This record gives sequence, structure tokens and C-alpha cells, in this order.
Amino acid sequence: MKNYNGYKNQNYIQYVKGISPKTNQKRSLFHAFWVGGVICSIGQSFRYLLQYGFNLSGDELSSYVSMIMIFLGAFLTGLGVYDRIGKYAGGGSIVPITGFANSVVSPAMEFKTEGYIYGTAAKMFIVAGPIIVFGIASSVLVGILYFIGFRIF
Amino acid sequence: MDILIMYIKVFVVGGAICTIAQVLINYTKITAGKILVYFLLAGVLLQAVGLYQYLVDFAGAGATVPICGFGYLLADGAIKGAKISLFKAITGGISAAAMGITAAIIFGYIFALIFKSKSKKN
Repeated sequence: MKNYNGYKNQNYIQYVKGISPKTNQKRSLFHAFWVGGVICSIGQSFRYLLQYGFNLSGDELSSYVSMIMIFLGAFLTGLGVYDRIGKYAGGGSIVPITGFANSVVSPAMEFKTEGYIYGTAAKMFIVAGPIIVFGIASSVLVGILYFIGFRIF
Repeated sequence: MDILIMYIKVFVVGGAICTIAQVLINYTKITAGKILVYFLLAGVLLQAVGLYQYLVDFAGAGATVPICGFGYLLADGAIKGAKISLFKAITGGISAAAMGITAAIIFGYIFALIFKSKSKKN
């Protein structure tokens, strides 16, 4: 029986391998590279625009740039464009801050049928929740460690 | 000319960070949500030891637009706060990242209300 199961599993694994689409791995790296590069370049363009057009600098500048990028990511996700970019670019669309916005909007839209509170507002944080939890927890840890460090040394 | 060189730096650094993510997707079974968390923590860690600042100075948006830039912002805020008081050390991180989190929540909710989820046909 054990042997039979092993045989069956092997067959199944081969079947899955045969039927699953073969993504060209080198090409997908190239796609991720150029799409990621373009998204960051768009961010840099807004950086220049706000820096020279509105005389912003430092934290204020980078905060407004990330606000604009999140706006664009959320808007394009709403239009359904960002998911198409995601199919092409993979990591190139996930890692930029626009991908963070995408991970907020797309479950929120999907679960809208479950209501505006337990659907949209709760499901927004399926992916973004862990990011906020780990982000805040680690920043508090860093802050306290540095605080102790500054007091001792 | 400076601006052109800057754009090349932004493109290469931003692209390289995204390519690392794609390598993880291709050769390991890490899902997108976990990659975001790992990259964020990488940003926090690199800034905690003081390295990410160099990348930000070098590549601007190429380092700040990826999610590790968000981690950088959190760690940087916490470290700057730690110089002032314990209170600022605890709140510094989230107040530096407040704009990003607020924008994600507000725009996320508004756009989720306006748009309907597309069916998976296309």
C-alpha cells in the first residue's frame, strides 16, 4: 500500500510538472528588473517635481512622494491595470510601494460583497496588516535599543 | 546631465531590488505577502546598522520607493526619536511612516468603494 501511494504521488508530481505553465525564469527576471526600474524612476520624477516645483525637502518630500505613489498604485488597481502589470512583472510590481497599495485595494474590492465594515475595511489588511505589524514592532525595537545605546554610551 | 545619471542610478538600484524579489519568487516558494514583510524587515535591519542611508543617498527613489524604503523610514524615524526621548523612540518610527500608512488606508478604502472587482476573465 505504501509503495502504491509513493508511485501514485510520483505520477501526480510528474503530471503537475508537465501541465503547469513553464515560465521562462531568466526572462521573468528581466521583466521584474525593468518594470521595477521604471516605477522607481516615476517616483524619482515626482521627487524632482516636488523638490524644484514646491520647494519640499527631507522627510516631507519623501512622504509626499510615497503618498503619490500609493495613490497611483491604488488607482491603477481599481482600474484593473495593476493586476495586468503584475502578471507581466511579478516582483517588479510587488516590491515597490505601489505594490503595497495594490495589496490593500485588491482584497478590499474583492470582499466588498461582505459589507463595508467586515468586508472592505477588515479585508484591506490581509496582506498590509502583517507589514504594518512587523514594521511598527521592529521600529519600536530599534528605537528602544538605540535609546538604551545613546544613554549608556 | 546630473539628472540623467541620477535616473540611471534610480533605475538600476530599483530594478535590482525588484529582481532579488523575482529570484525569491522563482527559486523558492515564498509568497508575495511574505516577500513584502521580509523586504520591509531587511530595510529596517539595514538602516538599524546604518547602511540603508548610503543607498538612499546614492539612488534616491530607487531605494525609497521599494518597500524596504518604508522599513528605512520606520527605522530612521525611531533612531532620530531615540536621540530625544524614550517617548520619541517609541513613536518616531510610526510618525515617520504616518503619511504612507494613512495614504494606503484612505486611498485604499476610497478606491475600493469606487471600483468593482474585475472578474478573472481578462
